[in-house]
Amino acid sequence: MEATQVLFWFIAVVTILSAGIVAFSSKLIHSAFALLATLVGFAAFYVYLGADFLAVAQIMIYVGGILILIIFGVMMTHRIYDTSKRTAHNSLILSLLGGAAMAAILGMIIFRSPWTATVFKTLKPTTSMIGTSILTNYLLPFEVISVLLLGALVGAVYLARREEDEE
Amino acid sequence: MIQLESYLIISAIVFVLGIFTILYKKNAVGILMGVELILNSVNLNFIAFARYIDTYINGQLVAIFIIILAASEAAVALAIILNMYRDRRSVDVTKMDEMKN
Repeated sequence: MEATQVLFWFIAVVTILSAGIVAFSSKLIHSAFALLATLVGFAAFYVYLGADFLAVAQIMIYVGGILILIIFGVMMTHRIYDTSKRTAHNSLILSLLGGAAMAAILGMIIFRSPWTATVFKTLKPTTSMIGTSILTNYLLPFEVISVLLLGALVGAVYLARREEDEE
Repeated sequence: MIQLESYLIISAIVFVLGIFTILYKKNAVGILMGVELILNSVNLNFIAFARYIDTYINGQLVAIFIIILAASEAAVALAIILNMYRDRRSVDVTKMDEMKN
């Protein structure tokens, strides 16, 4: 095995283990920090797949934005001294059954379909291609999602704001 | 060269862990983490297909839109969770059985 493959499988193991910690940890703050390792692992996979722009976007948006929001949410909804407190869970067996059913479906799909890599691309920078596509073929989704982003922003501020006239 | 199936299997494992997280956790923030796991695994699939099957980078463009949707979803979800906590001092989703308090 080449060094890149060894590194790939190392990253895969770390990513899956930390995703397991996110799922099984009984302390929410541990889940939040394990999610950090998972997200960085995914960014590494994007590098392996030649998606340079997306790897950086993953780190900036997920790790720098969403994860901070989630940790913020954990801190706001638990008293900080409570980080050692165990959180309540649903039935482990039923949840495992649900997960196993999903795993069976996905496994069937993956192992029964013939996956043939039809194109062998050379690695090249994707940023300019993404920029061109967004302003040509993907212009409508781009505009729609910018409106959606504005709506989500205003909605989040409206929801999280204290209603002072009522209190 | 890493096979396409490797990425599909990794993303399936993370997807299943995300489904499990959503089913297992009662805490609303924990459920949000499960949703993030699922969105990430789907993104990995899209980007893997963009690399191995598509002649252009359409998969990466879809992944960008998914990342944007995930960001706005996390912001709105956390706003709702903060409101929930302010009203009831709890983020246990199994106790949220009323439309209005």
